[in-house]
Amino acid sequence: MAAKGIDSDLALRLDAIRREHGDTVKVDMVGEVVRSLLETVTGDISAGDLKLYHELESLSSYIQSAKAEIAQLRPDEIRSDFIPSATDELDAIVGSTEAATNNILDAAEHLENLGTMLDPELAERLTEIIATIYESCNFQDLTGQRITKVVKVLKVIEERVDTLVKVFGANIDEGSKAPKEIVTDDDLLNGPQLPDTAKDQAEIDRLMASFD
Amino acid sequence: MAVDKNINVLIVDDYKTMLRIVRNLLKQLGFNNVDEATDGSMALQMLRVENYGLIISDWNMEPMTGLQLLREVRADAKVKDTPFIMVTAESKSENVIAAKEAGVSNYIVKPFNAETLKTKMVSVLGDF
Repeated sequence: MAAKGIDSDLALRLDAIRREHGDTVKVDMVGEVVRSLLETVTGDISAGDLKLYHELESLSSYIQSAKAEIAQLRPDEIRSDFIPSATDELDAIVGSTEAATNNILDAAEHLENLGTMLDPELAERLTEIIATIYESCNFQDLTGQRITKVVKVLKVIEERVDTLVKVFGANIDEGSKAPKEIVTDDDLLNGPQLPDTAKDQAEIDRLMASFD
Repeated sequence: MAVDKNINVLIVDDYKTMLRIVRNLLKQLGFNNVDEATDGSMALQMLRVENYGLIISDWNMEPMTGLQLLREVRADAKVKDTPFIMVTAESKSENVIAAKEAGVSNYIVKPFNAETLKTKMVSVLGDF
């Protein structure tokens, strides 16, 4: 009977996949199982077989469209480009605020030393003002801690996307070969560059002078 | 009795900028004998060598947190009575309770100002 033949073929196919991949298979393989199962439907087909056939066809179609939609999202690029870029930017924020804070502290310490040359009343007032500067520099520690938390969240997202790419297999990579629509710093020309890639003023001056 | 401002103060924080800020504020309050540690284990080593009259420690540090440092300090017969002020951005009540249960002397929430630092120091050391 057809139904018995389908069950037997399906069981054989599932056993083969289980031996090869274990209990977790890529979505690609699920589609393949459905396709090979449909190919076994021959001869007399009962109403139940037909219903099963349609269900499987719908399932196959659903999986294919889900794969296509996820491929359009280019999860591999999220993992390889977007998240590393975002974490680099955040690290740069921490670095630049730390450097700026230390410059402010340097200046405040110099002022404090100058205070010894002032009369006591002025020196006391200066000390109060400098204390306010020190207090205000607390922000750098707090922003650093908050940014570190965001970086950890991005790492978790990166791991989840990585898992998604592995589950969906090669078709994701094919989807990512479509032309990029991402707006980058090159398009915007108004965002600060990361320190490693930025040109300093002297380099810009040399470049400008080269046109003269 | 007036507080001896010549006591050694140990400040512990993994952010060097914060160490610098706290050191400067302490200097303005008249405390000039200040040592710095950048994590809990480094602080423990320093506590075993030098006598400190006050510890001011951040909570969020790796590998040894401020809370773990506090517990180690309170478990060490030589230094267990040293006043310990916790400084942290964590202001959840469960954190404060955990620190209190571990024997913290006082608790400062970041961002803080010089007046708060002085008030908390007075509460554990006495007026100055």
